[in-house]
Amino acid sequence: MKAAIILSSLVLLAACGETRQDKAGVGSDKPAVAGTGVAVYTDPGWKAGDQAGWSNHLKARAHYGQNDHSRTSK
Amino acid sequence: MARMKFICDAERCIECNGCVTACKNEHEVPWGVNRRRVVTLNDGVPGEKSISVACMHCSDAPCMAVCPVNCFYKTDEGVVLHDKDICIGCGYCSYACPFGAPQFPSSGAFGLRGKMDKCTFCAGGPEEHGSQAEFDKYGRNRLAEGKLPACAEMCSTKALLAGDGDVVADILRGRVVQRGKGAEVWGWGTAYGNQAKGA
Repeated sequence: MKAAIILSSLVLLAACGETRQDKAGVGSDKPAVAGTGVAVYTDPGWKAGDQAGWSNHLKARAHYGQNDHSRTSK
Repeated sequence: MARMKFICDAERCIECNGCVTACKNEHEVPWGVNRRRVVTLNDGVPGEKSISVACMHCSDAPCMAVCPVNCFYKTDEGVVLHDKDICIGCGYCSYACPFGAPQFPSSGAFGLRGKMDKCTFCAGGPEEHGSQAEFDKYGRNRLAEGKLPACAEMCSTKALLAGDGDVVADILRGRVVQRGKGAEVWGWGTAYGNQAKGA
């Protein structure tokens, strides 16, 4: 009985999950973190290949550049 | 892993077309092609709303599903891109896209439809990152430079948000809480699957 409840819950909750967004298609594109190799245009302070640094840089740019509430005094 | 998404805050967009200009300039998009455009609903009527529209890089992209030559692909960051060397310019993607994102430049004396062009989330294409070939076909690859799309970074009222879905959703949530209204995010449900009210 318990197993049946768990199993049915899993089946029902499966629909609540996120759609798979795996890399797909024909592309042979390199990931963005690989960088462009053009130092003059690369965001200062980030080195190509640094995945965590890349995510942090984009997050910082989003918050500094787009979130004006965080930049004004309440 | 970041999942790149766009949000346009219709409560803030003032129809300045700064995003359109930024995109055209950044990628040197040819005459007649607009990867991004601003649409105004109830134009001229008090309470009109404007929204900036381009490819939303859908979670389950209909353009990918209908392409007969399978020229589309999705990057690790969730950006939907296409290979212009494979595209045959058939236009099926433009019929399938709910946002009217695919654009077709006219080529030749008789206005033949060229290969499809669309917003790349400033992530270039399948050519070598930062190469001239990539720029000529797809435009700048700002994502590989550690930057966000030019349209969003240039938006004067910060109506257009671009970046990791969690980050931009956090920013919008903060605004909605502060102003107490305007949670309707146009296109979000269509592109990313959450059929929220007004989406």
